[in-house]
Amino acid sequence: MSGFVATADAIVVGGGLHGCSAALHLARAGVRAIVLEKNYVGRHASGVNAGGVRTLSRHEAEVPLALAALDMWYAIGELVDDDCGFESNGQVRIAEDERDAAALKAREARMRGLGYAHERWIDAAELLARVPAIAPHCLGGLLAERDGAADPYRTTAAFRRKAEALGQRIHEGVRVERVQRVGNAWSVATDQGAFGARALVNCAGAWADRICAALGEPVPLEPIAPMMMVTLRLPPFLQPVVLGAARPLSFKQTGAGTVLIGGGRRARVDRDAETTKLDFRELAASARTVCDLFPIMRSAVVNRAWAGIEARMPDDIPVISRSSTTRDAYHAFGFSAHGFELGPIVGRIVAELVTTGGTPLPIAPFAIERFGPR
Amino acid sequence: MFARRPEAGPSNVAVTIDGQPSMARAGDSVAAAMLAAGLLACRTTPVSGAERGPFCMMGVCFDCLVTIDGNPNRQACLVAVRAGMRIERQSGPAAIPVEGEPSA
Amino acid sequence: MTIDERYDVAVVGAGAAGLAAASECARAGVATLLLDEQPSPGGQIYRSITTTPLADRRVLGSDYWYGEALVREFERAGAAYAPRSTVWAVTPEGGGFEAGVSSDGAARLVAVKRVILATGALERPFPIPGWTLPGVMMAGAAQILLKSSGLLPRGRIVLAGSGPLLYLLAAQLVRTDTRIERLLDTTPPARWRVAARHAFAFAVSPYLAKGLGLLREARRAARIVEHVEHLEALGDRRLSRVRYMAKGRSEEIIADLLLLHQGVVPNINLASAIGCAQRWDASQLAFIPVVDEWGASSVPGVSIAGDGAGIAGARAAEARGRLAGLHAACALGRLDPAERDRRARTSRSELARQARGRAFIDTLYRPAEPLRLPQGDTIVCRCEEITARQILDTVKLGCIGPNQMKSFLRCGMGPCQGRFCGLTVTELIAKARGVPPAEVGYYRLRFPVKPVTLGEIAALPQTEASVQAVARLAKSED
Repeated sequence: MSGFVATADAIVVGGGLHGCSAALHLARAGVRAIVLEKNYVGRHASGVNAGGVRTLSRHEAEVPLALAALDMWYAIGELVDDDCGFESNGQVRIAEDERDAAALKAREARMRGLGYAHERWIDAAELLARVPAIAPHCLGGLLAERDGAADPYRTTAAFRRKAEALGQRIHEGVRVERVQRVGNAWSVATDQGAFGARALVNCAGAWADRICAALGEPVPLEPIAPMMMVTLRLPPFLQPVVLGAARPLSFKQTGAGTVLIGGGRRARVDRDAETTKLDFRELAASARTVCDLFPIMRSAVVNRAWAGIEARMPDDIPVISRSSTTRDAYHAFGFSAHGFELGPIVGRIVAELVTTGGTPLPIAPFAIERFGPR
Repeated sequence: MFARRPEAGPSNVAVTIDGQPSMARAGDSVAAAMLAAGLLACRTTPVSGAERGPFCMMGVCFDCLVTIDGNPNRQACLVAVRAGMRIERQSGPAAIPVEGEPSA
Repeated sequence: MTIDERYDVAVVGAGAAGLAAASECARAGVATLLLDEQPSPGGQIYRSITTTPLADRRVLGSDYWYGEALVREFERAGAAYAPRSTVWAVTPEGGGFEAGVSSDGAARLVAVKRVILATGALERPFPIPGWTLPGVMMAGAAQILLKSSGLLPRGRIVLAGSGPLLYLLAAQLVRTDTRIERLLDTTPPARWRVAARHAFAFAVSPYLAKGLGLLREARRAARIVEHVEHLEALGDRRLSRVRYMAKGRSEEIIADLLLLHQGVVPNINLASAIGCAQRWDASQLAFIPVVDEWGASSVPGVSIAGDGAGIAGARAAEARGRLAGLHAACALGRLDPAERDRRARTSRSELARQARGRAFIDTLYRPAEPLRLPQGDTIVCRCEEITARQILDTVKLGCIGPNQMKSFLRCGMGPCQGRFCGLTVTELIAKARGVPPAEVGYYRLRFPVKPVTLGEIAALPQTEASVQAVARLAKSED
């Protein structure tokens, strides 16, 4: 192939966690890959999310993937030569009233019915023992004991470094403009020249629908920008990650002592300009939830708020599948604000799809075909 | 390390610093009051426990963080002293007030 | 004070530029709100001008007392004034803006059509070994203590650095019979020759007589050591000694207080978080917002006036404030362009007058590179205690810019939000990579640009949607 800046067995579009994880696992499977990243690795959602390593409360389709990923998190040091700041103190979803409690208990029953034992109802006494700072009105919660949290930027950077150590090339500041089949292979045109490969992997996050459109399989991707706040350091007072039940909230204290507050409330996003505009009225709702659940947080000082640009699919689960229209093309995007924990396993699934055409994990619910006939 | 010009008038605003009574001058910031009382350091850092004191006096360095009336991480150079004010130097990450609501 | 829910214009900062801008707006019939963090107007240059205990005007000098007229003018103009009010966000809303303000411990949102940022300047970082020790402060801090509280430094006092503010402080201390142990002048020897290029402009500028007079005064009471190249603050838990090098000789003196200054730089955090374009200015060695001749920034409806738009001193700040205020009034239809231009004439010529000689000062007092770019274990990021060595090691790991540096090291993630480390980090990375600072860029700044408590944010009004909506378990987030 002539006229290419570089060629490889596979081109991965997007240098976020899923792109770097795909590159790493492709390397382990003997597939040379080039990653094309328009900014720098971890620039958007991957670098600035809440870092939740969560199997708790997942959509049923995601549960097997999440549980498999969690096992990988427990061996993350061997996978990427970095512990990624992973700490596992559990995650718990709080029941504030009887309606929440009933819903959470029903969830536990449903999970058990499906053969999963990773979520367990805990009563008020156990909740207070695990989360001493919780407001007294809380009735209990749904606990996933093995869950935890990690450092998102550090994790993404570690996957990148390991992929490079295994021979993959990551090109930053390279913006993909067009993808097209040329003969039996892909030609990917960028603002820095063209790259060629046999296989194309779409990990383009909030911009992934553009590649889908180019492949004749458009998807209703919605760019979203979930907002986060972080406080100044506090003395350690919280071990598990806390999630709200009826009210969206994710709340955790980092190793440094800062408290990260998320919960999905959205900023305004312009994905072409790659900017987000914070909405303080929405943040006020998050702040109110935190203060209701943890009264001591009223005097905590918020030092920064931000929003990462992420992709949401209408059914809130990702697209992980081969292309429905074109051979040698694969998709892994649309993680709808909860893709971090899945990073390690999704890369492995991509490598399996590329090398064998299939994967032992049940990914049928994530097929791109669900968005319409082709 | 700091002495008062006579025309500055009396220091007759009663505050406490770390529980000890101290007389401050009306109109002074908490940072100025602490420096006038001979305290060059107002906290230790959460990162290493090193001592820090007011550095810029204009609200941009955030080294003058103290707990005022139970509210942690207040910039001492931006808050004026008030009779009865409880000023506490901070040790590492500021402690969360334990009981009730901090007074505004 | 009760802040209303909406105004035509919010002016942020009650220094020279803010006072003048608010006065011009209000006089033209614009509903104007002037917001400022301090309890009384004046910014930093005219700090505490309505409350200073230093009634003897010779101490602070006539340049300072000029500010009184600005405050009186503002008081007559008819604008609303919100002291003790911190603006931590300005977001676009409904064709205009919404300012997030913390006033006396309570946060609220104020709707405005236009915003004039007059957030002024702050002192440039001066990262020497030991600069975090109690007993080391910026020279501006000592000046504020003097102006606001009538407090004088006592003991063995050392002033170090370069630039007009340092000599002004020295002169003011002299006038109060305060003994200065040493004034360590870090202006490099060759600098006079380089600056001489601009000497004519300087000679016909307002600065010359002022500058020479200050130096004469300072010389009377302090032993001035020139061409100081190296500076260190030493001590265990407190400053106890200062070590310096001048003319090849090393000297160590006992010191109780070290006051540092090497110039001022624009305070860009709010402008930057709003999205106003910045550019690296190689002569001021700082990032400066891009503005036109009326102070209009790259964000429509947002203007920047005063030292926050580029360092030019108090009189220039006032002139730019007037221009920004007149421009806003015209944009709101209260003045036609001809009237705006007519009222602007005096400010334009004042601005030209003040600009003359600026190049000389900027060149002469350009801080020396070794004092801007520390090495080894010298702390760069004071808040997170990150050293120069850590930053340079991280560049070697492939970290190419300040935003990645934040993620790698927490550098710049502390409460000061990069105000005291940003320029150092940008220049250190630029030097290590061999590229210009403009290419490296600056920290990406986000709201809130000043910390706000969670309780305050919780008390802000919520959207109707978030009050009504209760996300059920099926739609779990995160």
